[in-house]
Amino acid sequence: MPAMTKTAEPILEVTGLVKHYPLTQGILFKKQVGAVRAVDGVDFALGAGETLGIVGESGCGKSTVAKMLVNLEKPTAGTIKYKGEDITKMSGRALKAVRRNIQMVFQDPYTSLNPRMTVGDIIGEPYEIHPEVAPKGDRRQKVQDLLDVVGLNPEYINRYPHQFSGGQRQRIGIARGLALRPEIIVADEPVSALDVSVQAQVINLLDRLQSEFDLSYVFIAHDLSIVRHISDRVGVMYLGRIVEIGRDAEIYDHPTHPYTQALLSAVPVPDPEAREHRERIILTGDVPSPANPPSGCRFRTRCWKAQERCELEVPLLAVPAEFRLTTDPTAHDSACHFAEEKHVVPTDDLDDGVK
Amino acid sequence: MLLEVRDLHVEFRTRDGVAKAVNGVTYSVDAGETLAVLGESGSGKSVTAQAVMGILDTPPGKITGGEILFQGKDLLTFKEEERRKVRGAQMAMIFQDALSSLNPVLSVGDQLGEMFTVHRGLSRKDARTKAVELMDRVRIPAASQRVRDYPHQFSGGMRQRIMIAMALALEPALIIADEPTTALDVTVQAQVMDLLAELQRELNMGLILITHDLGVVADVADKIAVMYAGRIVESAPVHDIYKAPAHPYTKGLLESIPRLDQKGRELYAIKGLPPNLMNIPPGCAFNPRCPMAQDICRTDVPPLAEVDEDRRSACYFWRETLDARND
Repeated sequence: MPAMTKTAEPILEVTGLVKHYPLTQGILFKKQVGAVRAVDGVDFALGAGETLGIVGESGCGKSTVAKMLVNLEKPTAGTIKYKGEDITKMSGRALKAVRRNIQMVFQDPYTSLNPRMTVGDIIGEPYEIHPEVAPKGDRRQKVQDLLDVVGLNPEYINRYPHQFSGGQRQRIGIARGLALRPEIIVADEPVSALDVSVQAQVINLLDRLQSEFDLSYVFIAHDLSIVRHISDRVGVMYLGRIVEIGRDAEIYDHPTHPYTQALLSAVPVPDPEAREHRERIILTGDVPSPANPPSGCRFRTRCWKAQERCELEVPLLAVPAEFRLTTDPTAHDSACHFAEEKHVVPTDDLDDGVK
Repeated sequence: MLLEVRDLHVEFRTRDGVAKAVNGVTYSVDAGETLAVLGESGSGKSVTAQAVMGILDTPPGKITGGEILFQGKDLLTFKEEERRKVRGAQMAMIFQDALSSLNPVLSVGDQLGEMFTVHRGLSRKDARTKAVELMDRVRIPAASQRVRDYPHQFSGGMRQRIMIAMALALEPALIIADEPTTALDVTVQAQVMDLLAELQRELNMGLILITHDLGVVADVADKIAVMYAGRIVESAPVHDIYKAPAHPYTKGLLESIPRLDQKGRELYAIKGLPPNLMNIPPGCAFNPRCPMAQDICRTDVPPLAEVDEDRRSACYFWRETLDARND
């Protein structure tokens, strides 16, 4: 794989990950009549200290991937290797040890914190399950340190979630995620519920914590601008599969998959000057149902390039043949039979490798 | 001028006290023009729109002052009956959440047709024909079959199209769209915004677009009013504001959003939180979060000062703010 991670050994390696939710019929004699293919063959690797962004529209399976990474959902097939060991096969003590190292930050700070627990209890709860991390007498101090780290007043330890604003609550969620000193944090839409002026505060916090605690992030979001800002590498998902993955500049400045191009061109840019000379690709129709995805390439029903081959042959996620011999940023994994570079994000210096 | 809101004040009287949601808002929109009202949650942008539409919950809400001139007549002096004739026929609203705004137990055809049976006295059959026409117009495929479907049978983007169809039904002069695409995915958002802009041009309607998304504003608006704590802090033509904001809040917002086309270092973050509307800070409401605040900002409310002919800023230091952008 070209343009891989900073380190040779990925901390997390996902291969052939699949999650199907069965669709059943009948009450007493349930029989399976189909399956929602929420995630249908996802591969990626996360290097130590790296941030991998995963973007996609609702229903593309990005949150299901997140849940499988932290073992909240059992995959139907595939492996998730943490430092070389497959966590999907683990149980008992071994699983518990791994879970300590992979923590999650949730999207909605209003529903992911128990309203009847104090902030101290919420952040300290992970220590109940993993008492080896903090002996009982130590915990209060540890929680106060964590509050300080995420920019909240340590004296707030006895307050309840409703006494905090959305941004502050998300900081509490982050503090809870950090409590066990994990190596990997999976963040599922961590800022999308927040006001614009507060989003920047939380993104900066996540940035700072990454260098302070040597964290690796899997950052899942639908907002492409935020993902670019925080990620080293970005994977674009569509209907249960990754369609394109690469370093942030490869994806944003040199996308080769038509879906990525359409997605990027649809993002409104906060610059009215760009309005006139921007080419927008307006896709027709909606995302097909994951219970009945199109054959071949899943994007073909909305793709302007689709041909017969796209219907018959599933495009593989690999560097497309025409770019295989080059070393420029177009040479990254893209699952399209007719991959072609197209500039859709306006850049200030348009002369870096434009065709 | 199609619509002029002058010095509007709205309060909410609750058990815990009086929340001053709108504190002297003035804006206007002309036929064929798009005004974007930009603000965070609690800034009063939706409440202002509800007051204009006459759908404010009263009580607890109460309009305590100001005028809403629609085609020269003050709507606040109208009786509810007259108001109802204006609403829907001459001004219409598109809401954020189409699923909860549509009636789940009526087919979309019935709901669209209702506009014509109630306002225009059409028969049910004619109203149904009109409904199909409208659905065609907002490009819902196979409209004549889908007219019998219920809201839950449509996707989010299609439901929002139905909302747009309903708003357009009687060809109103003014459309208020309250976060029309916030709940949609980006590719669908682009479809819906495109459609809305096209229909607006075609019918020469005035459009008030309420949003928190600076990207959407840059794409479609002619002019912007930025709201903070129930007040307009800056109003300007769209090009000016992005080039050089004249209010520290606008400036902070623009600098705090990550950009698709550049990978920045650390983001600028406006410190602190939006104020509690029950307890708005004295002076300029933004002063506790403002990097430029001086003593005067903590005591006196800054008036909307004229920056140039069609530009206003409610900041004592708008000149400094404009200049600060250039370094």
